[in-house]
Amino acid sequence: MSVNAGVVQGSGWLEQHRSKLYSAGILLAVVLGSIWALSIDSRFLYLLVYVWFGVTYGVLLQYGRFCMAAAVRDLFAVRVPRMAVGMMIAVGLYSLVASVVTLSGFSSFHPNALGWHILIGGLIFGFGFVFTGGCASGSLYKAGEGNLNSVLVIFSISFSQALVVTSGGWLDSFAPASWAESALTKGMPEELTVTQGWFDLFTAGYVWDLKGATLADMLGMGESTFGILFFNTFVNALLPVMIILVALYVFYARKGYLRKSGKTNPTFADELAGIWAMCTSSRNTALAGIGLGIFAGLHMWVTGVLREHYGIFNFGEMLSAMGYEQGLSIQGTVFDPGYWYITTQEAQWGGWVMDKLGIDMMDSIFFGLDNGLPNPLLNAPGFMSIGIILGAAILALARREFKWKIPTLETATFAILGGIFMGIGARLAMGCNIGAFFATVTNGDPSGWIFLLGMVGGGYVGVKVFTRWMDWKMAREGGCDL
Amino acid sequence: MAMSFEQTGAGEWRLDVKGYTCPHPQMYTKKAMQKIASGDVLTLVFDNPSSGESILSMCDSDGNDIIERDELDGNFVWKIRKA
Repeated sequence: MSVNAGVVQGSGWLEQHRSKLYSAGILLAVVLGSIWALSIDSRFLYLLVYVWFGVTYGVLLQYGRFCMAAAVRDLFAVRVPRMAVGMMIAVGLYSLVASVVTLSGFSSFHPNALGWHILIGGLIFGFGFVFTGGCASGSLYKAGEGNLNSVLVIFSISFSQALVVTSGGWLDSFAPASWAESALTKGMPEELTVTQGWFDLFTAGYVWDLKGATLADMLGMGESTFGILFFNTFVNALLPVMIILVALYVFYARKGYLRKSGKTNPTFADELAGIWAMCTSSRNTALAGIGLGIFAGLHMWVTGVLREHYGIFNFGEMLSAMGYEQGLSIQGTVFDPGYWYITTQEAQWGGWVMDKLGIDMMDSIFFGLDNGLPNPLLNAPGFMSIGIILGAAILALARREFKWKIPTLETATFAILGGIFMGIGARLAMGCNIGAFFATVTNGDPSGWIFLLGMVGGGYVGVKVFTRWMDWKMAREGGCDL
Repeated sequence: MAMSFEQTGAGEWRLDVKGYTCPHPQMYTKKAMQKIASGDVLTLVFDNPSSGESILSMCDSDGNDIIERDELDGNFVWKIRKA
């Protein structure tokens, strides 16, 4: 096979290197922006950790074409396990680093409440990402490649979430009376009017009544080294990863491997070699998985160390001490997970814009009590998302893969509708494929596997619907004998 | 922008999915590979980098050879021979 990449015959030096110059320019802008922020207040180091981990995630995501939507979608659409394998490698590595972080006492992880909402949210989210062409993080890195469809997806996820968490009116009639009764017992501040608004009722009257815990916590061993290593890391993460890898090999890779290797009566060693071949067949994806797993764990550790250094529990305290009071929640907090997270900060972007348009967004538990609505220039996790876009752009430009992609009516419709499904699903499940799956299963919280189950189911249905659309479109347009 | 698939010669086909994002390019490619005969060559034109990785894996799994790859400024032209 001949590969000709990045060579323009007969063109000048500038033409040959224009893309790399843009790449270096973005990197320089991030460096200068970081120095500028530190010159204003050295405590912005806390926010810059999010920025630079975001840039690192963006580089790795673009390098490995790492998109968790593809992990599910490509299995059903084209029978390719590449990304599912990459995702499992990342889960395995993240869980190992997370165990070290937890044992060192710097973990900022909080388990999700376990309930039906996770499965339903995963189903809706998984259905949506088939149409958007990318998961929450995937849409960010693809935006960094110049894909404006992905920018539409980000807008759609942002505003749909902001609308969901402040939803009310006629939707309140779908909330069981028991939710309102339970919500009233929570002693919430009056300004939140907790019995008005479907999502507030859902949160205070249903989710808060559920329990969330790591596997080790459930078994009363959350504090012990054995409990963390054996139950959280091995049983909750590594064992399922191994089972899923074997299943992917058996159902998607074994036949092709045996054909290529000419084995007709494979031994156990041959099967192991086949699993290894599957894991390494897409080198870039596997390397990205390893890198993302390690950096995601390190991110949690660095944030934990900084929180101890500054004596804070949440970035809102630091913002307040720095004189930035606007946009803080009633509790004086802002969204600050301390690890890789995507959809909540996007909801804040949408909510902040709507708030500026005069819509009261702080009359909600999501913004008013928990996450606040900080100015996007002071939104630390928001900068992680921007960092992902910039990191992906840096690498895409350096590899000469950046290209502006203008949406058509079809792709824009899919981006917006798919983004709405993703936004609704993410809020019901209290997170996306990162916050509700990747960060949970790696930290001992079994709820993430339920989200994955929902995501797989939704992805399967999404692929069926998408395939029908493609077939209908080709039949309608004619002239294309495919 | 519209997808196009046409026969360009004896045993030669061209699929153009420029402008499309995931999952269109890999799904159209799969359909095209099912359509052409063993030994035929498909020239695939796309501009969605992420799809490339999935198409590589698809070809590897099905035993199809990617005999040529031209890649520049986000445009990809690959020639794939069906096994």
